Amino acid sequence: MAPRFLQNLRSLRLPFSAEELAGLAAGELVSLSGTLYTGRDQTHRRLCALLEAGKPLPVDLAGQLLYYVGPTPAPPGRVIGAAGPTTSYRMDAYTPRLLAQGLVASMGKGPRSAPVREAMRRHGAVYLATIGGAGALLGGCIKQSEVVAFADAGAEAMFRFEIEAFPAVVINDAAGRDFYEEVAGR
Amino acid sequence: MRVIEAAAVTAAVRELAMAAACDLEPDILEALVAARDRERSELARNVLELLLANSDIASRQRLPVCQDTGIAVVFAELGSEAWVAGDLEVAVQQGVRQGYQDGYLRNSVCDPLTRVNTGDNTPAVLHLEMVPGQRLTLRFLPKGCGSENMSALAMLPPSAGQAGIIRYVVEQVVAAGSNPCPPVLVGVGLGGSFEKAALLAKKSLCRPLGQAHGRPDVAELEQEMLLEINERGAGVQGLGGNNTALAVHLEPFPSHIASLPVAVNIQCHAHRHKEVVL
Repeated sequence: MAPRFLQNLRSLRLPFSAEELAGLAAGELVSLSGTLYTGRDQTHRRLCALLEAGKPLPVDLAGQLLYYVGPTPAPPGRVIGAAGPTTSYRMDAYTPRLLAQGLVASMGKGPRSAPVREAMRRHGAVYLATIGGAGALLGGCIKQSEVVAFADAGAEAMFRFEIEAFPAVVINDAAGRDFYEEVAGR
Repeated sequence: MRVIEAAAVTAAVRELAMAAACDLEPDILEALVAARDRERSELARNVLELLLANSDIASRQRLPVCQDTGIAVVFAELGSEAWVAGDLEVAVQQGVRQGYQDGYLRNSVCDPLTRVNTGDNTPAVLHLEMVPGQRLTLRFLPKGCGSENMSALAMLPPSAGQAGIIRYVVEQVVAAGSNPCPPVLVGVGLGGSFEKAALLAKKSLCRPLGQAHGRPDVAELEQEMLLEINERGAGVQGLGGNNTALAVHLEPFPSHIASLPVAVNIQCHAHRHKEVVL
């Protein structure tokens, strides 16, 4: 059902170990399994509002990957609905603050701003893109789902997902390379 | 006068909303297959293969193709010899409400200032047009906003000419990069007034994908833009290759002698559209 090339990708566990994080190279297509947290516009706004008010975050983001997604509701008998990435630039205003909290990776689609790329370089963090518009296939890679914060925000709530063989492309690696820029320069 | 019950409109819109989210039409599927077959980048070809697999999974498992099930845009063409018994606007909104609820689709509509979700994906954007005949045609276009956000409009000086039009359209698509989920469909509204150009651009997305405009000079312009976009664009998902756009649809309309409005409405590869005639 899923295309064959997906079976030949390097498999990585989430959350990333320090070695794995440093070993990711821009342009590499990888297969992710393990635990991640989600957040899009509302979750980002609220996380940063908590930080501003000096309050604790609902989850410890240190070492974690934040996936920019607002899934469709789970139909009966399913873990989740469609769950592909949303466009990442809308999170740019918030990302440096979360990197300062220890977040080491984010995943969405589309390029990041210069300040975010600079902050990622400083923190040794990475940014990955997964396949926009492949929500049904990517939703199938999510084996467990639980709302951990901001349930009233609906699809914009913060979820914890257990994923398996989830495909992603490394866009910004810890060494400061940017795959979108490299492709555009060709 | 032919009577169409409002309940029939609601039922039709409900079905359109659910079907559009899960089943891509043959025009977009054929365009994706053609793109895969001519793609030069191996990475991009693999991604196109994955997108085709995704549409297959969506259709068979009744899951939305994309989690952004959109703000619902509805084009209604009401025959002048047909009469909707009840309120057409209310009937359409009710159909959207039911379709998004019953289809497990995402509620993605919120107040523009408070950002509080309306909770049922209404209001839909309804465009009503009177046409001859006694039928009601409903075109349902759930519009994802990764691509909608990359859309733009310019009031060009008429001196810009064809070269200026091409430059503006191509620049928008190239600058959008990977954000609108390429390969995209590019809708261009040319002429009319400010709002007419935008509406033409949106409406051009309803044309069967890749069908050239009936006016040869317009069709030529569409081709020229498409070639340049695929020459310079970011490729599938911004990962390179020769398929940034699948087609350019351009709809012209006479404009004021002082004016040359150009609207570019970008549609992602999850080009969901359904229509029904009542």
